[in-house]
Amino acid sequence: MFPNIIFLWIFGLIIVLISYYFDKEKTKNGVKKGLKIFKGLLSPFLSIMVLASFLLALVPPEIIEQYLGSNSGILGVIISAIIGSITLIPAFIVYPIASELLRRGASYMVIATFITTLLMVGVVTYPLESKYFGKEVALVRNVLNFIAAIIIGFAIGVII
Amino acid sequence: MKKYLKEYGFILLFLVFGTVSYFYNYNFGMNVSNVFLNMFIEMISFIPIVFILVGLLDAWIPSQKFQKYMGPDSGVKGTILSVVFSMFQAGPLYGAFPIVYILYKKGASVKNIFIFLGCFSALKIPMLSIEIGYLGIEFTLARTLVAIPLFIIIGYIMEYYLKNKDFKITDPTEVKS
Repeated sequence: MFPNIIFLWIFGLIIVLISYYFDKEKTKNGVKKGLKIFKGLLSPFLSIMVLASFLLALVPPEIIEQYLGSNSGILGVIISAIIGSITLIPAFIVYPIASELLRRGASYMVIATFITTLLMVGVVTYPLESKYFGKEVALVRNVLNFIAAIIIGFAIGVII
Repeated sequence: MKKYLKEYGFILLFLVFGTVSYFYNYNFGMNVSNVFLNMFIEMISFIPIVFILVGLLDAWIPSQKFQKYMGPDSGVKGTILSVVFSMFQAGPLYGAFPIVYILYKKGASVKNIFIFLGCFSALKIPMLSIEIGYLGIEFTLARTLVAIPLFIIIGYIMEYYLKNKDFKITDPTEVKS
């Protein structure tokens, strides 16, 4: 956790400095815009965190370990894949919850599957997607992505 | 003032709940506050720099330059460009559909369109940097390295599947008018 954050800040500040060196005006505008986006997202972000805090305080770690831990096996992965596919939550809101679940005994395979399906498969957005690609193509894309998401989840579970 | 109260009222209420819990030694309330405090510290310690990067990305990346090189004859170069171009984006998956429509209009190949869409959904740099902060660089690296080949395979499958079909991408906002 800690080294990652330091890495991000160093990486980020180097990018800002390089950008500033090449174009002061662009850099100022970019930073301003970024902070504006952050300000806009802060309130929904914090609200979700409050709700998640209540949920996590209510559910004992043993339950999390039983259903989302490494012993939950295929069932845990399938459940997380289905929930990930049908929910539509911005990923950046899910990461704090995912990291908290990992700390409480959830397995990497389950969390990875949940995140990948959340990102790649969109049941809720399927109607919108069909309008662009047609019903059949949108369905095929989602099914292929669902399979890929599960492969990625398993691979991460094996690697980490 | 009213606007801020509406936006942050819920969080303010929660802060009151947390403080009162500590005063009265209310266990459950203290537990909830601790979980929240941990999440908050974690978030505020690196999320600002991520959004500064998002803003910079937006200011620097001209999207028109990429589109030209993603056509049917673009080969490996087009594939690589599709991956890279998608990573320099931000926003949710449904935000990708209008971009994909423009790519299609500009003559990008079916394969590259679906590679772009896949990588857009899962490998945007702003998102990856948030992921590194929360889940660690090993997690993100593993996910990225496994995902890229899979998305390229999906691109090929889609191209094969749509070869003899009359595939079109339509813009639903245009149909209405």
